[in-house]
Amino acid sequence: MPLQYKKNPVDFIFSATTAAASFSVIIFIIGILYVLVTESSLAIGKFGIVNFLTSTDWDPVKESFGALTNIYGTVITTFLSLLIAIPVALGIAIFVTEIAPNFLKGPIGAAIELLAAIPSIIYGMWGLFTLSPIMSKYVEPFLKEITAGVPFVNVLFQGTPMGIDILTASVILSIMIVPFTASISRDSFNLTPAIVKESAYAIGATKWEVIKNVVIPYSKLGVFGGIVLSLGRAIGETMAVAFVLGNNHKIATSLLDAAATITVTLANEFAEADKDIYLSSLFYLALVLFVMSFITLAIAKFFLIKAEKKYSR
Amino acid sequence: MKTILKLTLIAAFVLSSAYAHAAETLNGAGATFPFPVYSAWAYEYNKITGVQLNYQSIGSGGGVRQVTERTVDFGASDDPSRPEQVQKDGLLQFPAVIGGVVPVVNLESVQPGQLKLDPESLCGIFLGDIKYWDDAKVKKMNPDVKLPHNEITVVYRSDGSGTTAIYTNYLSETCPAWKEKAGAGKAVKFPAGIGGKGNEGVANYVKRTANSIGYVEFAYAKQNKLNFTQLKNSAGNFVAPGFESFEDAAASGDFDAKKDFCLWLTNAPGKGAWPIAGATFILLAKEKTDVNRNVVKFFDWAFKNGDAKAKELVYVPLPASLKDKIRAYWKAKGIY
Repeated sequence: MPLQYKKNPVDFIFSATTAAASFSVIIFIIGILYVLVTESSLAIGKFGIVNFLTSTDWDPVKESFGALTNIYGTVITTFLSLLIAIPVALGIAIFVTEIAPNFLKGPIGAAIELLAAIPSIIYGMWGLFTLSPIMSKYVEPFLKEITAGVPFVNVLFQGTPMGIDILTASVILSIMIVPFTASISRDSFNLTPAIVKESAYAIGATKWEVIKNVVIPYSKLGVFGGIVLSLGRAIGETMAVAFVLGNNHKIATSLLDAAATITVTLANEFAEADKDIYLSSLFYLALVLFVMSFITLAIAKFFLIKAEKKYSR
Repeated sequence: MKTILKLTLIAAFVLSSAYAHAAETLNGAGATFPFPVYSAWAYEYNKITGVQLNYQSIGSGGGVRQVTERTVDFGASDDPSRPEQVQKDGLLQFPAVIGGVVPVVNLESVQPGQLKLDPESLCGIFLGDIKYWDDAKVKKMNPDVKLPHNEITVVYRSDGSGTTAIYTNYLSETCPAWKEKAGAGKAVKFPAGIGGKGNEGVANYVKRTANSIGYVEFAYAKQNKLNFTQLKNSAGNFVAPGFESFEDAAASGDFDAKKDFCLWLTNAPGKGAWPIAGATFILLAKEKTDVNRNVVKFFDWAFKNGDAKAKELVYVPLPASLKDKIRAYWKAKGIY
């Protein structure tokens, strides 16, 4: 038991303070959960759980609320942004640790970390004024054209390319989350013992083989942890997405359609929600997001622990 | 020794006057739409009287909630509270300034202010029933305008806002189909189109998307040089948005002190009235007589001296007759 230091009072105070700090996290989480549940109880009572989760209706005037369109938007933008960001982030990490000459490592590393320091509202405004015209003029018509004849894929690029859609939002999100995966992957790549790498080179392995067979397997866990962090950021991102998603409560099949995410709906409608059931439904939506992030992170943690056990054996 | 005494006296004087200034602060919260004009007025008022106005533009819904919970000295809302509600929450309500919402379009072949729309066609477009610009209903009113056969993109406000409340209230009043399918409110389930965040979001989407139509606060349409439309008002005339047509709407609106001035200025009966106008309101907690006197003093000053500043910021000052009505209302409530 760490709290049983009787001889030295400083030790006791120290361990008590750190324990208090750790427990405060749990208290905060329970407190947030408590507030979300009590505030949303009105909406839970009216719409139920299954009904709320499966309804696509979001109509403040008729006071009929359902979360499915928001959940759909959140899941799809998160998934797409991870799909774009992970390869880029791994590429950056590999380049910085293994390939780049020393004088480049510092500047690139600093640039990546700076990317993480930019506030999300700036990503949002940049997306609205700069990226979205580029997307609607060049990128999206191009994607539409090359996928035109391909069955199933062409469904993803139907509609008018407006630059205010799931695709643009996902691209912005991916830029925002690249630094997390990249810098954590870089740190874990750096942890690969030099002696292991040198042995591989000594028996004639090429750079590609060393990265593929030594560095990546060695740092799998760290990379995975970085991806989880990005996932958490992508699920909860609000302002950057709010400006370029079009905020439409619809289940869109095309990536060129507008959609809505949970966080965007909360940010857009919280200030003006004047009816009790409306406000309560927004809290319910927040509760759904809370549970969603909790489940995703729990699953990720589960795999992480499993992998850790496998490696330590 | 003398200098020290002097310095102490000066310091005491400065501190005490700073304290006195700090004590005279009015706290308000609510609608975002009138924020620029309230802060401009507050700046001038502070220079003259030293009274600080601290206004948080958190949205109309928030303004009503805050004043109902008595956390602020006054609340502000674009959405007039009904007399029953005002009574129930123990509040007082009066209008402060008037603004207008204008439909804006992005059509290459059309000159600014040239396109004419009536309520039916506007409603049809926003319902998604009228899909192309050269639809017979739109063409009928615009025989001289070259309308392309292009699909219409509708842009609406995605965040809850008083602008949307005024606009959808107008559509509901003039178009039964809209009332049935979407209804009126600060946040509405729009049947068609994409949502922009804030007036600036809508203005930007419309500016950039060819063949689009949206609606913004008049000031944004002016600042962004957007192509606004004419509308057919309830007197049957086509009018362009502007100070005169907004003033006409305000003058023809029957603000009633007995109903705590609760009134939508949409579809006002005046001959030259712009049909989508709206007043923004101030809410006071009835029992806080002393605080209310100070708030009222500020708005009385603004009514007397703030008209030019309001116009400069593209708001419409209240007509003189309405100001007198409001002063009578204040007097009746014992706060003037």
